[in-house]
Parts: sequence; C-alpha cells; structure tokens
Amino acid sequence: MKKAKKAWFGANGRIRDFLHSCCFIGPSFVGVAIFFIVPFAVVVYYSMIRSPINPQFVFLENFKNILTNTAFLTAAKNTATFSAVAVPLAVVLALCLALMLEARIPLKSHFRTFFLCPMMVPVASVVLIWQVIFSYNGVLNDFVAIFGADKIDWLKSDYCQIVVIILFLWKNLGYNMILFMAALANIPRDLLEVAEVEGASRAYKFFAIKLRYLSPTVLFVAILSLINSFKVFREIYLLTGPYPYQGLYMMQHFMNNTFASLDYQKLSAAAVILAIVMVIIIALLFLIEDKFGKDVEG
Amino acid sequence: MRKKRIFGRTAIFIISAVFAILFLLPTVLTISNSFMTQGEINANYGVIFNADSPSSYTSEKATLKFIPDKVSLQQYITVLFKSPDYLLKFWNSVILVVPIVILQVGTAAIAAYGFTRWRGKLISGLFFFYVILMLMPYQVTLVPNYLVSQWLGILDTRWSIILPGMFAPFSVFLLTKFMRRIPASLIEAAKLDGAGEWQIFTKICLPQCRSALYSIAILVFIDYWNMVEQPIILLPDAAKQPLSVYLSTINAGEVGIAFAVATIYLIPTLLLFLHGEEYLVEGIAHQGSVKG
Repeated sequence: MKKAKKAWFGANGRIRDFLHSCCFIGPSFVGVAIFFIVPFAVVVYYSMIRSPINPQFVFLENFKNILTNTAFLTAAKNTATFSAVAVPLAVVLALCLALMLEARIPLKSHFRTFFLCPMMVPVASVVLIWQVIFSYNGVLNDFVAIFGADKIDWLKSDYCQIVVIILFLWKNLGYNMILFMAALANIPRDLLEVAEVEGASRAYKFFAIKLRYLSPTVLFVAILSLINSFKVFREIYLLTGPYPYQGLYMMQHFMNNTFASLDYQKLSAAAVILAIVMVIIIALLFLIEDKFGKDVEG
Repeated sequence: MRKKRIFGRTAIFIISAVFAILFLLPTVLTISNSFMTQGEINANYGVIFNADSPSSYTSEKATLKFIPDKVSLQQYITVLFKSPDYLLKFWNSVILVVPIVILQVGTAAIAAYGFTRWRGKLISGLFFFYVILMLMPYQVTLVPNYLVSQWLGILDTRWSIILPGMFAPFSVFLLTKFMRRIPASLIEAAKLDGAGEWQIFTKICLPQCRSALYSIAILVFIDYWNMVEQPIILLPDAAKQPLSVYLSTINAGEVGIAFAVATIYLIPTLLLFLHGEEYLVEGIAHQGSVKG
C-alpha cells in the first residue's frame, strides 16, 4: 500500500507540486479571497443595482449619478492633480539626491540616515509643525511679511496643495532616494569605466547608461510613490479635519462622508471607477517600462 | 580641473547638508519642544493654536524655538501620570499594530515561499493578481473591507482592522522578490538530503531572508503605526482607537502635551529604526522591478 502510494506520487510530481503550492499559498489566498476578492465582486454587483433592498438591475445608472456628483468630481480632480504633480517630483528629486550622494563627500552615511528620518516621525507631530509654519499666524507668514506680502492662511488658500506636496516630498524622498542609491550601486562599474575612457560626456553617461539600468527602479519608485500619494489623506485629515478647504478635499474625504450616510451605491460605484482608473495607470506604466527596459536585464 | 572638482564637491556637500537639516528639523523640533513648560509653549505657539481665545501671556508672533528656556518634564508627567487616556490609546495602538505586523509577515513569508518554489501558469497569474491588488489605493479596498466586517460581525472591533491587515499583499510581493534571489542550488541540495518542503522553508529559506523580513516588518509597522483611514471607518468606537487618530483630537490648550505624546509615540519606531537601519537599507536595495 505504502509503496503504491509512493509510486503514485512519484509518477504524479505535478499533482504533488500542486498540493504543496496549495499548502503554502493557500492560507494567504483564502484570506485575500475572503477580505478582498469576494467582497469586491459584491461591490461590483452593488454598483449596478438600485439598492441592496431593491436589487433591481440598473447597470450604469449609479456610475452616471456619481460622475455628475460635484463632491466626487472635486475629490477626483484634487486627488488626480495632487498625484500628477507629487509623484513625478518624488521620483525626479529622489533621483537627483541619489546622484548627488554618489559624489565622494564627507558624512555621506549620516546624510542617508537623516534623509530617512521623516519616515519614522509620527504623522501627528509632523502635522503640528506644519501648522506652526503654515497657519495664519505661522512662521512662514512672518517671513513673507519681511517682503511686504500679506498674511494668508496657507492651508485655506490656493496654495494649499503646494503645502501638502511639500509635506509629501519631505516624507517620501528619503526612502525613494535609498532605492535609487541601491540601483545606482548595481550598475556594472566596467561599463561606466569604458564610457569614461571613450571620453563620454557626463550627460551621455547618465542618459545612455545609468538611466537605462535604472528604468525598472524608476517604475518601482513611481508606483510606490503613487500608492503613497493616496495616503496623503492622513496628513490632510490631521491638519484640517473631515471638511477641509475645497482644494484639499480628497477621494478619501468623499468616501468617509459617503460612509456617514451609508450610501452603498455611491461608494461601490466610486470604488469600481477608482479600481478601473488604477488598472489603466498600472498597465500604462508597465507598457512604458517594457519599452525602455527591454534591452537590459536588471 | 582638480580645483573645479573640489569646488563641485563642496557645492554638493553644502546642498546635501541643507537638505539633511531640513529633513531632520521637524524631528528635532518635536523632541526638543516636548521638554518645554506649558507656559513656554503657549508663549511660542499660543497665537497659532489659541487664535480664538488668546490668553494674556501669548506673544504676538509665533516662534519656532529649538532650545527650551528651562528643560522641564512637566508635559511628560502630565501624559504619564495625570491623563491615563494617552497611555490607553498608546496601548490600543500596540495591540492593533503588533498582531498585524507578526501575522502579515508570517503569512506572507509562507506564501512567498510558495510563489518562489512553484511557478506554473496559474501561480504566476495569481502572483500578478497580488501585484495589482497591492497597488490598489485604500479607497478601493475600503468598501470591500467594510462589507466583510459587517458580514462577519466584527465591525467596530479590532479584528476588522487586524484581519484585513494580516492578508495585505504588500509583504507577499516584497518577500517573493527577495526569496527568488536565493540560489536554486541551495534548495536542490537540501532536497537531495531528503528535507521536506517545510524544512527547506524554515531551515534554509527563512534564515536567508532575515534582513528582508526585518525591513518589511519595519515598513509594515511604520505604515500601520500611523494609520488613520481604517480606524475612523472600521473602528468608530473612540475608546478603541489608536493614538495616531487620537492625537488629532488633542485640543488647542494641550499643544505641549501633543509634543510629548508625539515623542513617546516616536520611540518604538526610533528603536526599530536604529536597530535595523542597515537591514532596512539592505532589504530595500533588493527590490528592483515590480513585475514578477
């Protein structure tokens, strides 16, 4: 019996492998299924019916409603503007910092630690300091007054997004920079040396060699920053509460306020639209990376 | 030529130093201000936080001050002995975040081994699905999370945050990327010696990934230690909310306390960080590309 069993398994390595992989991936997958896949399917369903009590199929009606909802549109616009400005800045500035720290300068490793510092500061204390700097009676206004400008409440002005972008960059640049530093260190030295001997210019070395090897990291950092840009709600919420100045009304604010009224149709439609937009963005990023990163194995 | 180079380097040094100071400033400010007396805090910032009811001893202008006139533990004494609320909220944070970190990294390590050892079409597809899921902002997963919590009857309990946190795909992704760099020969050798899959996982794979495990644990910890979105939706009961949310409700008269609480809140992260900075950098360094 035992022998037969062994032979059966031996002959069916595939089945055995499948069972093994199930054992390892299974627990995680079951959790993901329960907490994300199944409920998301229900969310898609909810987004196309009239209400959970009256499950009449209305297909796109909820989407039409939400796409004409001013609060949703404001939130979408603000979130999109913020990410569109903050994410490229977070990538480019981090890359600049990493390139700068490539130079042989004293205290280099200390600088690296300092740049990582913002990661560990609790959001709440950052927010306190941002208030001290940017509020109506804050330090920045005193500074601006030297040049004769008027006092404004920065978080309730047209510049409010800039204030939050600075906060975002301050928080995320350090980590992005470390990622770039690691990638820069992995570029084959001999390639750069050959370029040096051949008399390649600095710009050529950067664009033709470094940037090509960095392209997978650029994508990674961009995606990471994109995820983090959606988390800026934390800082905004702690700075300005549930109803901020219009320019800072983000997607998460919209979700929170819709939760308060438990409007499942609105929530579901918003979540589905957001998911679709994200999938499109991710697909685009992957396409771009395919184009640039094809000829280097990172 | 040489002169030019030294000049360039000095410029880079100065720019880096300026940036480094800017990056360090808020941390230093938080810590140093936590040692000021309430009176001094009021004098410095009263005009900002008490704008509606300026008391007699506030100055006209807000000043960012680094060195306290008189080092005092007054704020800490208030936080630690006089208002038990803060300690309670701190404890709330701990019992939310510690289980999430341990469970998430544990489940993820097991799954990552699965994704490393077997790479059929089905499993590769599943891994790609994890990547997509990882990239979804919280605004997408929030509604599903809420629905499940409602079905399972765990809404407004800690489980509504811990359980979804346990299965977040972020760690699975990072750990898989790391494990795939372990030489296959190492695993084959263990197999020839008659080791089972579980043995290979615990005896060979995990020790190889120590730095990655540590760095991912730190990242997950930092993320959840500062969570705001989840508690305000899934855990509306103020008594169970973590300190990260509660800190926002500290009112204007208690700014000094806020600095002290923030400093206390910073200590666990700081310890993890100082203990594992090298791991963190090393763990981050191996991430590279997003795709499988």
